[in-house]
Amino acid sequence: MPTVGLFVPCFVDQLQPRVGVATLRLLQRHGVKVEFPPEQTCCGQPMANSGCRAEAAPLAERFLRIFSRYDHVVAPSGSCVSMVRHHYDGFLAGRDGFDRLKANTFELCEYLHDVVGVREAGARFPRVVGLHRACHGLRELRLGSGSERRVPPFDKVKTLLDSVEGIRVVEPARPDECCGFGGTFAVNEEAVSCMMGKDKLADLAQAGAEVVTSADGSCLMHLEGLARRAGSKLEFMHVAEVLLGER
Amino acid sequence: MAGIERRGEGGHGPEGGHGGRGAFAGHPAAAARFVADDARAHWHDQALWWVRQKRDKASADVPEWERLRELAQAIKGHTLSRLADYLAEFERNATAAGARVHWARDAAEHNAVVHAILAERGVTRLVKSKSMLTEECGLNPYLEARGIEVVDTDLGERIVQLREEPPSHIVFPAIHLKRQDIGVTFHEKLGTAEGASDPKYLTEAARGHLRQRFLGAQAGMTGVNFAVADTGAFVVCTNEGNADMGTSLPPIHIACMGLEKIVPRVEDLGVFLRLLARSATGQPVTTYSTHFLGPRRDGELHVVIVDNGRSGLLRSQALRRSLACIRCGACMNTCPVFRRTGGYSYGVAVPGPIGSILAPARDPRAHATLPFASSLCGSCSDVCPVRIDIHSELLVLRGQVVEAGGLPAGKRLAMRLAGWIFRSPGRYALAGRLARWALRALPRRVLYSKANAWGRQRELPAPPGETFRDWYRRTTGRA
Repeated sequence: MPTVGLFVPCFVDQLQPRVGVATLRLLQRHGVKVEFPPEQTCCGQPMANSGCRAEAAPLAERFLRIFSRYDHVVAPSGSCVSMVRHHYDGFLAGRDGFDRLKANTFELCEYLHDVVGVREAGARFPRVVGLHRACHGLRELRLGSGSERRVPPFDKVKTLLDSVEGIRVVEPARPDECCGFGGTFAVNEEAVSCMMGKDKLADLAQAGAEVVTSADGSCLMHLEGLARRAGSKLEFMHVAEVLLGER
Repeated sequence: MAGIERRGEGGHGPEGGHGGRGAFAGHPAAAARFVADDARAHWHDQALWWVRQKRDKASADVPEWERLRELAQAIKGHTLSRLADYLAEFERNATAAGARVHWARDAAEHNAVVHAILAERGVTRLVKSKSMLTEECGLNPYLEARGIEVVDTDLGERIVQLREEPPSHIVFPAIHLKRQDIGVTFHEKLGTAEGASDPKYLTEAARGHLRQRFLGAQAGMTGVNFAVADTGAFVVCTNEGNADMGTSLPPIHIACMGLEKIVPRVEDLGVFLRLLARSATGQPVTTYSTHFLGPRRDGELHVVIVDNGRSGLLRSQALRRSLACIRCGACMNTCPVFRRTGGYSYGVAVPGPIGSILAPARDPRAHATLPFASSLCGSCSDVCPVRIDIHSELLVLRGQVVEAGGLPAGKRLAMRLAGWIFRSPGRYALAGRLARWALRALPRRVLYSKANAWGRQRELPAPPGETFRDWYRRTTGRA
């Protein structure tokens, strides 16, 4: 029985702890043994995405040191997992245990779908849920086929959501347009970031969503911030919370 | 030399005929100005999204689409690995067919070569079909300053030329304009009826106007979409036939190409021509795909092959794939930032995702904001017909901007501080506690001060009572 090292991204730990709790409970429900190594902090993505490679490098080192003792590493964020899998090469290539770490670090839905083999969520959530496909999960981890490529369609996140009892999953008309969060982009390019987010919210509302969900909480933080300011009644839940179902 | 390069790029920036839009202060400021006109920004977004959807449909009609993309990537990768050989082969074959091949190291040499050809033959009236390379080199103002009339004959390019604006998109140069805007321009410049904005009427007027310019031209200039090494021929793709008109009437044809335009064999066109129009406009093929081999009878054909920084890009292992670009514009049409901020917000001749590689790759400090003008969503990389990993190259360039000292000091400091905090779990916990306390305790006017870009249009997240790690410790007793 493999042991999963739970990687809770810094903003989830600090601002969305309920997402971490739901992730832990969801993994446990599907029979996974999970540990949370408390010395973890941040994967270094904010620095790496800002081009500050010197600041990201020691965080990549820490990550390798902390998580290489686990069989698998799972995180409720496609973006942070993509950092490890696709962007740590520049810092850690050739290091002991790095190839193994890279191959065994998974986004939550990907882990449930591909490794645990979950096809029935075993949960009930009788709401209309609008799916926001977060970009790095979609286009870097290939959690779904995406609208650009001409490959047979698939979507691991939606497959899991569709198995939830009572749920109705709706999609925006632009099925995988970026919401405009983009890390530091959200403040560097505040004007266009917010326009993208408002457009995404309008598209989701048009689709009839009551609850917006995503495999990346950072997109939700941005969208929820815009919705709250506008006085919208939309609710925002991470996909881990939806897959856990009604409490 | 640098002065001329600046002129080429600057046509869109500080020095340039931008209709009094003010100095170029980087992408975020220009983007904010464009976004401020919400209705127009949404109209621009919809117009280009419509093109993206046409591209989706056209590519879906080709069952082997992804295979074609892989082939195109492989052919370009191979060609770039032996670029000098293929360029020499092209020169040999083109010369044998009667063309004269010229080499230009940079924009200044390119402009001088073209001017010399025209001046030696007493040409004062030139018609030109679309060439982003000549935009990059700032050719029009260079020739105009030397007494040569240059008429852009692509309809969109003619529209922006009449308005003394640069193109805002490499495939749709006037995509930023509504037909009413064009009606006003044509009324002023071509004498169409005041208030007329019927597209057919305006197009007829442009057609009549351009026909006179074609008939009076002494030389015609085109770009090059593909130059074929094994035959010495090259292909020019247009939808309006303006390249054909401009090369059929005057006896002199000058074709300008970046040195990356080579494909090894004529068969390779079977890959690229199928990808180009579908990616660019959603058409199965451009209306005219004209092959030129040697000069017409009693005419002259000149081919100017331009480096202008391309060989530098070729030397960069991390960025060289961007040289495979076939200038289809698909990355612009799909980019959620480009669609909402317009081509001028980039301040360079080739804007959008690919332009945000090409310009900063040459000078990261001068174009420091461009690699950051992206949410790194990756849609560009997935629509790119030659599979350039555009968003990953943008990330590489962000690193180069930082190394070149191009990140504002405040941001650099913030990242240093964050890095220092995240290196220690103790500092991380303390900083987190402080931040959550601030979110709870500080008055709204402090939290949402001018310095808080997040909070201009967004609420800050509500701080939870405990972190995940606190909860974990409390409930499991571990750690």
